[in-house]
Amino acid sequence: MYTYSDFDEAFVRERCKQFRAQVARRIDGSLTEDEFKPLRLMNGVYLQLHAYMLRIAIPYGTLRSDQMRQLGMIADRFDKGYGHFTTRQNIQFNWPKLKDIPDILDALADVQMHAIQTSGNTIRNTTVDHFAGAATDEIADPRPTAELIRQWSTDHPEFQFMPRKFKIAVGASTHDRAALKVHDLAVELVEQDGQQGYRILVGGGLGRTPMIGQVITDFIPKADLLPYLEAVVSTWNIIGRRDNKYKARIKITVFENGIEKMRELVNEEFAKIRAKFSGYDQKVLADLERQFAPPAFKNTDPSSLEAAVAVDPALARWVNRNTNAHKVENHLSVVISLKEHGKTPGDATGEQMRLMADLADQYGYGELRISHEQNVILPHVAKGDIPALFTALAKAGLATANAGLTSDIIACPGMDYCALATARSIPVAEQIALRVKELDLEDEIGLMKIKISGCINACGHHHVGHIGILGLDRAGVENYQITLGGDATETAAIGERTGPGFAYDEVVPAVERLLKTYLEKRNSTDETFLAAYRRLGAEPFKEALYGDAAKKNAA
Amino acid sequence: MARKFTPKVLTANDLMEGDVIYLAADGSWVRDHAQAEFIEDETIAEMRMLVAQGQPEIAVGPYLADAKMGENGPEPTHFREAFRTRGPSNYFHGKQAETASQ
Ligand code: HEM
Ligand code: SF4
Repeated sequence: MYTYSDFDEAFVRERCKQFRAQVARRIDGSLTEDEFKPLRLMNGVYLQLHAYMLRIAIPYGTLRSDQMRQLGMIADRFDKGYGHFTTRQNIQFNWPKLKDIPDILDALADVQMHAIQTSGNTIRNTTVDHFAGAATDEIADPRPTAELIRQWSTDHPEFQFMPRKFKIAVGASTHDRAALKVHDLAVELVEQDGQQGYRILVGGGLGRTPMIGQVITDFIPKADLLPYLEAVVSTWNIIGRRDNKYKARIKITVFENGIEKMRELVNEEFAKIRAKFSGYDQKVLADLERQFAPPAFKNTDPSSLEAAVAVDPALARWVNRNTNAHKVENHLSVVISLKEHGKTPGDATGEQMRLMADLADQYGYGELRISHEQNVILPHVAKGDIPALFTALAKAGLATANAGLTSDIIACPGMDYCALATARSIPVAEQIALRVKELDLEDEIGLMKIKISGCINACGHHHVGHIGILGLDRAGVENYQITLGGDATETAAIGERTGPGFAYDEVVPAVERLLKTYLEKRNSTDETFLAAYRRLGAEPFKEALYGDAAKKNAA
Repeated sequence: MARKFTPKVLTANDLMEGDVIYLAADGSWVRDHAQAEFIEDETIAEMRMLVAQGQPEIAVGPYLADAKMGENGPEPTHFREAFRTRGPSNYFHGKQAETASQ
């Protein structure tokens, strides 16, 4: 795995020192809040509803066990004993005290982590398929590319004050597990005539004006990646709208200019700057590819797993739900669900973080991932180790067998934490999960993506949920709008609004009616909710939500 | 035409802790909404904002929030402000826990 270069190390240490001095000057009164705010945001420090919040980057969602352990230490020593993993492969701590934050940043630097560019109008953490390096359907591990992008984008002098933030995701598989099409820019590793290169998409995004990214180039050679990205970001940096915050994202630039015009402008810029890139980046990339080489896989006998599964239905169910096929025959990738029914999606306690770190050392070659669906992944586990891993996870409440099911909900922090929120998300997610558990319908329903945001910014990805829920403020009361048919994968789609929103205590019953309608109307158990919705259209679901009123409204 | 002024309390976050604070009638900052000054006059509200803005070493992001008079003192009228008096709903953290331990 990637370890910091001397340059990285010195850079991060210097930033920690600077920020410690800035905090001291804020506390002694020599900096005003107006002066301090941009400085704290540059270091991932927000002020939320009830406390400060620190957002820490987990580049391409990859963590070493010692890093996970350190996050657990931070949760216990400086926070209230837990942390919140997010859809952009970050972790957020919700309760740090201002005076402690420099110590937290030092503790992060000790394990080669930081909070730089986790806020502000910069290029944010580059996210990646959480099964990278393990997936059977990938061309190559996308993480060296992501690390190259991280090195290029971190502290890039031209890209510190852009029109808005800029989010990049990298994928390399036929099945998109990184929500590529709803990112400002997506880099997809592809092969053409036996040569590896990249397909680039731009202009996707959620928030106020959700859009699906469009292909700006079908293929560029690997050596052109950084100059091409530089050309895209520069073009947008120049023509992107700074007059209106809501029209500043690249999706609006692409929409207003059209993809052809955008392509033309990018190509012009590319032609101008290509020569600036000496090819050194390709040496770096080659080196990174070596650093991300897979671990020396154990050669264990997988038959013990089959035997254990045959006699233990709980294990069988969990293996069936929470593991994914691996490149290497006798291994699997494991999803550790942070979605125990009734708990906050994405939260892990310090103790759980330490346990996951230990289990990663014991059974997972010391490596963990954070998924954009707010779960933790052990990418490489030998089949023979799965029963022991399961037993250890189950003891800590970490073996919920619900990956991809109804209760595997993405929920943003909403009004329980977030200062921008218009309603709560977390309790809605908790209650839906508890309800489907009570009904015992999850296995029956199968693949289901419910996503919840507490405001129009769409951090919870509600637009791309099969069922999306958006919390709003209607005349001082929480109200929840439902969208259907969204999809964050390679067949990405923005969900359609069904009609008027639901009151806080009506939303769980409304979701229940949707689920039951699906079970009634699907043509087989193989037809997922999304497929059924695409076949049947919105009407039967609207009727389930609104009864006869739906028909009247339609008339 | 200017809208009719509705009663307010002045609130902010504490610089060091980050938690929710309110300005009391004696000019001190308190943690409890019910002890906040109940401001019924627009001119006074504006003056209190100036007071709060003049104390950046204590109060971050001061603003006036709608309130009504209850039995024990001012109460929030909007759910957002009600949540701010309590803390999050997923854990017994924040103000709800602090008041319980007093
Ligand atoms: C509680 C602190 C948070 C704040 C203040 C915050 C702020 C924002 C804002 C202002 C936007 C709007 C961006 C826009 O208009 O384009 C946004 C979008 C977003 N945030 Fe957050 N966010 C928070 C937490 C989170 C969390 C916890 C997640 C992940 C679970 C997240 C992931 C996202 C995503 C995926 C988007 C949509 C980006 C897009 O437009 O493509 N945020 N956030
Ligand atoms: S969607 Fe809105 S409420 Fe939820 S975290 Fe993002 S900004 Fe906050």
